[in-house]
Amino acid sequence: MIGIQHYLFVSASLFCLGFLGILTRRNAVNVLMGIELVLNSANINLVAFSRFGPGNLQGQLFAVFVIVIAAAEVAVALAIVLTLYRLRRTPNLDEADILRG
Amino acid sequence: MTAGAVVFYLFAAITVGSAAVVVLARSLIYSAFALLFTFFGVAGLYVLLGADFLAATQLLIYVGGILVLLLFGVMLTHKLYDLDLRSEVTQFLPAATIVGGLFLILAWPIDLSFNLLGRQMRLYGVLFQTTWAAGPGRPPAATTAEIGRLFMGQYLLPFEAASILLLVALIGAAMIVRRRPQA
Repeated sequence: MIGIQHYLFVSASLFCLGFLGILTRRNAVNVLMGIELVLNSANINLVAFSRFGPGNLQGQLFAVFVIVIAAAEVAVALAIVLTLYRLRRTPNLDEADILRG
Repeated sequence: MTAGAVVFYLFAAITVGSAAVVVLARSLIYSAFALLFTFFGVAGLYVLLGADFLAATQLLIYVGGILVLLLFGVMLTHKLYDLDLRSEVTQFLPAATIVGGLFLILAWPIDLSFNLLGRQMRLYGVLFQTTWAAGPGRPPAATTAEIGRLFMGQYLLPFEAASILLLVALIGAAMIVRRRPQA
Protein backbone atom coordinates (compact mmCIF):
# COMPACT_ATOMS: atom_id res chain seq x y z
CA MET A 1 0.00 0.00 0.00
CA ILE A 2 1.42 3.35 -1.02
CA GLY A 3 1.11 5.73 1.91
CA ILE A 4 2.06 9.30 2.58
CA GLN A 5 5.63 8.42 3.47
CA HIS A 6 6.33 7.16 -0.03
CA TYR A 7 5.35 10.51 -1.48
CA LEU A 8 7.28 12.40 1.18
CA PHE A 9 10.37 10.33 0.36
CA VAL A 10 10.12 11.18 -3.34
CA SER A 11 9.62 14.81 -2.41
CA ALA A 12 12.62 14.85 -0.08
CA SER A 13 14.82 13.29 -2.77
CA LEU A 14 13.64 15.87 -5.29
CA PHE A 15 14.31 18.67 -2.82
CA CYS A 16 17.85 17.46 -2.11
CA LEU A 17 18.64 17.14 -5.82
CA GLY A 18 17.28 20.62 -6.54
CA PHE A 19 19.25 22.06 -3.63
CA LEU A 20 22.39 20.38 -4.95
CA GLY A 21 21.75 21.97 -8.33
CA ILE A 22 21.30 25.41 -6.78
CA LEU A 23 24.52 25.09 -4.81
CA THR A 24 26.80 23.64 -7.48
CA ARG A 25 25.84 25.16 -10.82
CA ARG A 26 27.58 28.21 -12.22
CA ASN A 27 25.11 28.84 -15.00
CA ALA A 28 22.18 30.99 -13.90
CA VAL A 29 19.62 29.13 -16.01
CA ASN A 30 20.71 25.87 -14.44
CA VAL A 31 20.29 27.35 -10.97
CA LEU A 32 16.74 28.27 -11.99
CA MET A 33 16.14 24.64 -12.95
CA GLY A 34 17.22 23.66 -9.44
CA ILE A 35 14.76 26.13 -7.96
CA GLU A 36 12.00 24.60 -10.09
CA LEU A 37 12.85 21.16 -8.69
CA VAL A 38 12.60 22.47 -5.14
CA LEU A 39 9.23 24.11 -5.83
CA ASN A 40 7.94 20.89 -7.39
CA SER A 41 9.00 18.89 -4.35
CA ALA A 42 7.10 21.29 -2.11
CA ASN A 43 4.07 20.86 -4.34
CA ILE A 44 4.21 17.07 -4.06
CA ASN A 45 4.19 17.47 -0.28
CA LEU A 46 1.19 19.79 -0.35
CA VAL A 47 -0.84 17.53 -2.60
CA ALA A 48 0.08 14.43 -0.60
CA PHE A 49 -1.06 16.07 2.64
CA SER A 50 -4.23 17.12 0.87
CA ARG A 51 -4.84 13.52 -0.18
CA PHE A 52 -4.06 11.75 3.09
CA GLY A 53 -4.81 14.47 5.61
CA PRO A 54 -8.06 16.02 6.72
CA GLY A 55 -9.71 15.47 3.38
CA ASN A 56 -10.16 18.94 1.96
CA LEU A 57 -8.67 20.65 -1.06
CA GLN A 58 -6.58 23.34 0.63
CA GLY A 59 -3.28 21.66 -0.19
CA GLN A 60 -4.13 21.56 -3.88
CA LEU A 61 -5.17 25.22 -3.84
CA PHE A 62 -1.89 26.13 -2.23
CA ALA A 63 -0.07 24.14 -4.92
CA VAL A 64 -1.86 26.16 -7.60
CA PHE A 65 -0.58 29.37 -5.99
CA VAL A 66 2.94 27.90 -5.86
CA ILE A 67 2.76 27.19 -9.60
CA VAL A 68 1.59 30.76 -10.29
CA ILE A 69 4.41 32.24 -8.26
CA ALA A 70 6.93 29.92 -9.93
CA ALA A 71 5.83 31.18 -13.33
CA ALA A 72 6.19 34.82 -12.26
CA GLU A 73 9.55 34.09 -10.66
CA VAL A 74 10.95 32.43 -13.77
CA ALA A 75 9.87 35.34 -15.98
CA VAL A 76 11.54 37.95 -13.79
CA ALA A 77 14.63 35.83 -13.13
CA LEU A 78 15.17 35.22 -16.85
CA ALA A 79 14.86 38.96 -17.46
CA ILE A 80 17.60 39.50 -14.91
CA VAL A 81 19.76 36.77 -16.48
CA LEU A 82 19.36 38.30 -19.95
CA THR A 83 20.29 41.74 -18.61
CA LEU A 84 23.31 40.25 -16.89
CA TYR A 85 24.32 38.54 -20.13
CA ARG A 86 24.00 41.78 -22.05
CA LEU A 87 26.11 43.56 -19.46
CA ARG A 88 28.86 41.02 -18.82
CA ARG A 89 28.64 38.60 -21.80
CA THR A 90 28.42 35.66 -19.43
CA PRO A 91 25.61 33.58 -17.92
CA ASN A 92 27.78 32.53 -14.97
CA LEU A 93 26.72 33.74 -11.58
CA ASP A 94 30.19 33.92 -10.02
CA GLU A 95 31.26 36.44 -12.65
CA ALA A 96 28.42 38.76 -11.74
CA ASP A 97 30.45 40.75 -9.22
CA ILE A 98 29.72 44.28 -10.43
CA LEU A 99 28.70 45.40 -6.95
CA ARG A 100 31.95 44.23 -5.36
CA GLY A 101 33.84 47.16 -3.84
CA MET B 1 2.46 -5.49 -5.46
CA THR B 2 -0.69 -3.94 -6.80
CA ALA B 3 -0.95 -2.12 -10.10
CA GLY B 4 -1.18 1.22 -8.29
CA ALA B 5 2.09 0.57 -6.51
CA VAL B 6 3.80 -0.38 -9.76
CA VAL B 7 2.63 2.87 -11.38
CA PHE B 8 3.74 4.86 -8.35
CA TYR B 9 7.23 3.39 -8.40
CA LEU B 10 7.43 3.99 -12.15
CA PHE B 11 6.55 7.68 -11.81
CA ALA B 12 8.76 8.10 -8.76
CA ALA B 13 11.71 6.58 -10.63
CA ILE B 14 11.08 8.83 -13.65
CA THR B 15 10.86 11.90 -11.41
CA VAL B 16 13.91 11.31 -9.25
CA GLY B 17 16.06 9.81 -12.03
CA SER B 18 15.51 12.66 -14.44
CA ALA B 19 15.96 15.19 -11.63
CA ALA B 20 19.38 13.64 -11.05
CA VAL B 21 20.12 14.11 -14.76
CA VAL B 22 19.02 17.76 -14.49
CA VAL B 23 21.46 18.36 -11.68
CA LEU B 24 24.40 16.30 -12.93
CA ALA B 25 24.32 16.57 -16.75
CA ARG B 26 27.20 18.36 -18.40
CA SER B 27 25.15 20.06 -21.09
CA LEU B 28 22.45 22.63 -20.48
CA ILE B 29 20.27 21.14 -23.20
CA TYR B 30 20.38 17.72 -21.55
CA SER B 31 19.37 19.36 -18.27
CA ALA B 32 16.44 21.13 -19.89
CA PHE B 33 15.12 17.99 -21.54
CA ALA B 34 15.55 15.95 -18.36
CA LEU B 35 13.53 18.64 -16.61
CA LEU B 36 10.72 17.88 -19.07
CA PHE B 37 10.62 14.28 -17.82
CA THR B 38 10.74 15.42 -14.20
CA PHE B 39 7.66 17.59 -14.76
CA PHE B 40 5.87 14.70 -16.46
CA GLY B 41 6.72 12.40 -13.55
CA VAL B 42 5.42 14.91 -11.02
CA ALA B 43 2.22 15.28 -13.04
CA GLY B 44 1.83 11.49 -12.91
CA LEU B 45 2.24 11.58 -9.13
CA TYR B 46 -0.48 14.24 -8.97
CA VAL B 47 -2.80 11.96 -10.91
CA LEU B 48 -2.07 9.13 -8.47
CA LEU B 49 -2.87 11.51 -5.61
CA GLY B 50 -6.24 12.32 -7.11
CA ALA B 51 -5.35 15.86 -8.19
CA ASP B 52 -6.51 15.82 -11.80
CA PHE B 53 -6.81 19.59 -12.22
CA LEU B 54 -3.38 20.13 -10.76
CA ALA B 55 -1.83 17.52 -13.07
CA ALA B 56 -3.25 19.30 -16.11
CA THR B 57 -2.08 22.65 -14.74
CA GLN B 58 1.37 21.19 -14.17
CA LEU B 59 1.61 20.05 -17.79
CA LEU B 60 0.25 23.31 -19.20
CA ILE B 61 2.24 25.78 -17.11
CA TYR B 62 5.45 23.92 -16.35
CA VAL B 63 5.96 22.04 -19.60
CA GLY B 64 4.24 24.55 -21.87
CA GLY B 65 5.39 27.73 -20.20
CA ILE B 66 8.27 27.54 -17.76
CA LEU B 67 10.31 24.95 -19.63
CA VAL B 68 9.99 26.83 -22.92
CA LEU B 69 11.00 30.01 -21.10
CA LEU B 70 14.05 28.26 -19.65
CA LEU B 71 15.02 27.01 -23.12
CA PHE B 72 14.72 30.58 -24.40
CA GLY B 73 17.02 31.58 -21.57
CA VAL B 74 19.54 28.91 -22.57
CA MET B 75 19.47 29.96 -26.21
CA LEU B 76 19.68 33.70 -25.57
CA THR B 77 22.56 33.55 -23.12
CA HIS B 78 24.88 31.61 -25.39
CA LYS B 79 26.35 32.41 -28.73
CA LEU B 80 24.42 30.55 -31.36
CA TYR B 81 27.47 28.85 -32.83
CA ASP B 82 28.44 27.67 -29.37
CA LEU B 83 27.29 24.11 -29.80
CA ASP B 84 28.32 22.30 -26.68
CA LEU B 85 26.51 24.64 -24.19
CA ARG B 86 28.55 23.51 -21.26
CA SER B 87 27.47 24.18 -17.72
CA GLU B 88 30.22 23.96 -15.19
CA VAL B 89 29.99 22.69 -11.66
CA THR B 90 31.71 24.45 -8.78
CA GLN B 91 32.24 23.60 -5.10
CA PHE B 92 30.78 20.16 -5.67
CA LEU B 93 32.26 18.45 -2.64
CA PRO B 94 31.06 20.84 0.12
CA ALA B 95 27.67 21.16 -1.50
CA ALA B 96 27.32 17.38 -1.81
CA THR B 97 28.28 17.02 1.87
CA ILE B 98 25.63 19.51 2.97
CA VAL B 99 22.94 18.03 0.76
CA GLY B 100 23.85 14.46 1.70
CA GLY B 101 23.61 15.33 5.40
CA LEU B 102 20.27 16.98 4.80
CA PHE B 103 19.02 13.88 3.00
CA LEU B 104 20.21 11.61 5.83
CA ILE B 105 18.31 13.71 8.35
CA LEU B 106 15.18 14.07 6.26
CA ALA B 107 14.68 10.79 4.54
CA TRP B 108 17.22 8.06 5.27
CA PRO B 109 15.03 5.00 4.60
CA ILE B 110 16.77 2.27 6.64
CA ASP B 111 16.53 2.15 10.42
CA LEU B 112 20.11 1.97 11.70
CA SER B 113 21.18 1.88 15.31
CA PHE B 114 24.84 2.11 16.22
CA ASN B 115 27.16 3.07 19.02
CA LEU B 116 29.22 6.21 18.54
CA LEU B 117 31.71 7.09 21.32
CA GLY B 118 29.62 5.38 23.94
CA ARG B 119 26.36 6.97 22.90
CA GLN B 120 23.55 5.16 21.25
CA MET B 121 22.76 6.77 17.90
CA ARG B 122 19.87 6.12 15.61
CA LEU B 123 19.90 6.99 11.93
CA TYR B 124 16.43 7.07 10.49
CA GLY B 125 14.81 9.78 8.42
CA VAL B 126 12.64 12.32 10.17
CA LEU B 127 9.76 11.68 7.81
CA PHE B 128 9.64 8.01 8.80
CA GLN B 129 9.76 8.72 12.54
CA THR B 130 7.03 11.34 12.47
CA THR B 131 3.45 10.30 13.00
CA TRP B 132 1.68 12.32 10.38
CA ALA B 133 -1.72 13.68 11.24
CA ALA B 134 -4.04 11.05 9.91
CA GLY B 135 -7.43 12.03 8.63
CA PRO B 136 -10.20 10.58 6.60
CA GLY B 137 -8.26 11.53 3.48
CA ARG B 138 -9.73 12.52 0.20
CA PRO B 139 -10.44 9.56 -2.07
CA PRO B 140 -9.70 10.38 -5.72
CA ALA B 141 -12.60 12.28 -7.22
CA ALA B 142 -13.02 15.08 -9.71
CA THR B 143 -11.62 18.27 -8.20
CA THR B 144 -12.02 20.95 -10.87
CA ALA B 145 -15.50 22.15 -9.95
CA GLU B 146 -14.71 22.32 -6.26
CA ILE B 147 -11.41 24.14 -6.86
CA GLY B 148 -13.21 26.70 -9.01
CA ARG B 149 -15.84 27.19 -6.32
CA LEU B 150 -13.16 27.71 -3.66
CA PHE B 151 -11.27 30.20 -5.83
CA MET B 152 -14.37 32.24 -6.46
CA GLY B 153 -15.54 32.01 -2.87
CA GLN B 154 -13.38 31.41 0.15
CA TYR B 155 -10.06 32.12 -1.58
CA LEU B 156 -11.08 35.10 -3.69
CA LEU B 157 -8.60 37.51 -2.12
CA PRO B 158 -5.47 35.36 -2.68
CA PHE B 159 -6.75 34.66 -6.19
CA GLU B 160 -6.92 38.36 -6.99
CA ALA B 161 -3.57 38.96 -5.33
CA ALA B 162 -2.08 36.27 -7.57
CA SER B 163 -3.45 37.96 -10.66
CA ILE B 164 -1.96 41.29 -9.57
CA LEU B 165 1.34 39.50 -8.97
CA LEU B 166 1.25 38.11 -12.51
CA LEU B 167 0.57 41.57 -13.93
CA VAL B 168 3.43 43.05 -11.91
CA ALA B 169 5.78 40.27 -13.06
CA LEU B 170 4.78 40.84 -16.68
CA ILE B 171 5.47 44.57 -16.53
CA GLY B 172 8.57 44.12 -14.40
CA ALA B 173 10.15 41.54 -16.72
CA ALA B 174 9.53 43.79 -19.73
CA MET B 175 11.01 46.76 -17.86
CA ILE B 176 14.15 44.87 -16.85
CA VAL B 177 15.07 43.52 -20.30
CA ARG B 178 14.21 46.73 -22.16
CA ARG B 179 17.19 48.34 -23.88
CA ARG B 180 17.87 51.66 -22.29
CA PRO B 181 19.03 54.55 -24.47
CA GLN B 182 22.72 55.15 -23.96
CA ALA B 183 22.97 57.77 -21.27
